[in-house]
Amino acid sequence: MSGALTPFLAATIRTATPLALAALGELVVESAGLINIGLEGAILAGAFGALAGAAAGGVAGGYLGAMLGGLLIGSLFAFSVLVLRADQIITGMALTLLSVGATGTLYRAWFGAAGVSLSAPTSGPRAIPGLVALPLVGEALFRQPLVTYFAYLLAPALAWWLFRTHAGLALRAIGERPEAAATAGVPVARMRTLAVLTGGLLGGLAGGTLVLAQAGTFVENMSAGRGFIALAIVVLGRWRPLGVALGALLFGAASAMQYAFQAMGWTAPYQIFLATPYLLTLAALAGAMGRARAPAALGRPL
Amino acid sequence: MVARSHAIRSVIVALGAVGGILAAIVLLLMLGRYDVAAALDALWTGSVGSWYALTSATLVRAIPLMLTGCAIAVAFRAGVFNIGAEGQLLAGGAGAAAIALGIPDAGSIALLLALTAGVLAGAAWAGIAAWLRRRFGVLEVISTIMLNFLALYAVSFLVRGPLQEPTHAYPQSSSIAAAARLARFPGAGRLHVGLVIALAATLCLGWLLRHTAAGFRLMAVGESPTAAASAGQIDVGRVSTRAFITSGALAGLAGAIEVLGVTYALYEDLSPGYGYTAIAVALLAGLDPWRIVPTAFLFAALEAGAGAMQRDAGVPSTLVAVIEALLILGVVTAQAIRHKRAGDEMNLTIAEPET
Repeated sequence: MSGALTPFLAATIRTATPLALAALGELVVESAGLINIGLEGAILAGAFGALAGAAAGGVAGGYLGAMLGGLLIGSLFAFSVLVLRADQIITGMALTLLSVGATGTLYRAWFGAAGVSLSAPTSGPRAIPGLVALPLVGEALFRQPLVTYFAYLLAPALAWWLFRTHAGLALRAIGERPEAAATAGVPVARMRTLAVLTGGLLGGLAGGTLVLAQAGTFVENMSAGRGFIALAIVVLGRWRPLGVALGALLFGAASAMQYAFQAMGWTAPYQIFLATPYLLTLAALAGAMGRARAPAALGRPL
Repeated sequence: MVARSHAIRSVIVALGAVGGILAAIVLLLMLGRYDVAAALDALWTGSVGSWYALTSATLVRAIPLMLTGCAIAVAFRAGVFNIGAEGQLLAGGAGAAAIALGIPDAGSIALLLALTAGVLAGAAWAGIAAWLRRRFGVLEVISTIMLNFLALYAVSFLVRGPLQEPTHAYPQSSSIAAAARLARFPGAGRLHVGLVIALAATLCLGWLLRHTAAGFRLMAVGESPTAAASAGQIDVGRVSTRAFITSGALAGLAGAIEVLGVTYALYEDLSPGYGYTAIAVALLAGLDPWRIVPTAFLFAALEAGAGAMQRDAGVPSTLVAVIEALLILGVVTAQAIRHKRAGDEMNLTIAEPET
């Protein structure tokens, strides 16, 4: 059993890492009462940024490029929605489309439409001494690339920040009642801008993870809907960082399950595994798993 | 007089949009150091420059874009952010395929039943999100995204399971009987009578929105739900639910028509993202169904021409996505600025209500 468990858990964590990063970023955005469906675009821009950055400066340059790519989408969202007051849903859709188009065009223009797959350096797994020796889960959880450990730390850190610090409470106040928060002296516009930029940055990092810790190359559209999955994870995690981390693991496990069953030659419709997390998300939205309450101002026109 | 100035303005906006798109394409081509003349030539011949391209490529693509564009328009007009047209289209395609394959000997009755099944399946798929919104206040943006994924997995399951072709070699259904297919126009390549259905639906929807009480209620709810409820005595929940379901029905019809008029079988990649392009189509048309006819044609021509541009001039076809995105951003920004101006003027007289 443990022979099958380690690869399954390791695959779960691997799939969950970019999802968790992107979803935690979106959680920050949604806590401020905004919803950025351009997250998918931020992940893709991050993946492309990782390829470009890695060509210039190795793995570190790749992660830098990834974050800049995500930040670019975040900045465009912040400018359109917070400054120009454009509709956030439509802006988000447009930015995702822009990212798909721009990364695809640049990739084909630079590397040719034939698609010579270009390899980027990858950051290999690093074992954490001591923890890696834990029975059952050690190998799977603690022999991972550095970015995974960053995600492990980010979830509790964000939980503490959002619920235990002044700034975090102020951000959530904006998400509940922006006018009241503004009256109480919270710098609403500035905090929302920072929240959106943080979301873009983490989305970009998620894209960077796909290239630099997993695929080792860029493929057009390689975000493959992960930005939308991250939106689901935020709901499933009931707008709480640790819940979001668990939600990411659930989606990761669902996808790992699919491969595990395929490897075992079991021909049951694998779509059921892929569909289950979405069904759970819909159920969570309908309040089937306790009240999943969104920030009150979520998605409301500014 | 008012009507004429309105018409002139529409023409100016349309010319501006086409000019803007062309300017953006030329600029991006020059930035990428492509052969601009060759690329534009390919764009032209691949979209409207030949009878074959016009009918078999552009008009065939315009049909689903018109219907999904209307789906987006009717929802957005009512203040419902249905971005699930893609999933509703797939549901409609699956419903139509299931019926058309299920009664192979029913001839043209099968065609009618299959179209109806597509409409109902699309409506039902949107109905889930509409119900979640009305019953639990679930944001339709999130639920429709979930339902898009679920529709994709459902079709993926169907074409590998219950609806798979008998040899079980390919992830697709068997071909639909010839009698249950939408007829093609003679001498017009792959162009089929779905065009007539799409035009009729678009014209009807435009008329309903402009000239009926139901259309007025729908737009009142979209403009201001609170005002519609208090001043207009309108049942806001019911109106937006109906708009949502109508939207799904139109997208479902688009899916049914794709299966019955173009692919003749159910595939996973039935739609190259029509449900998403539709958002650009509808926004550029100002959410007005009648104006969706030209914008759907424009986007269909762009996407058809982009393929030719990639083939003949080596220009990445993804350029079109950039153009579409810039267009959408331009339109929402212009709207926001107009609203802001109107809002600033209003503020002089009426205090902004607490939101």
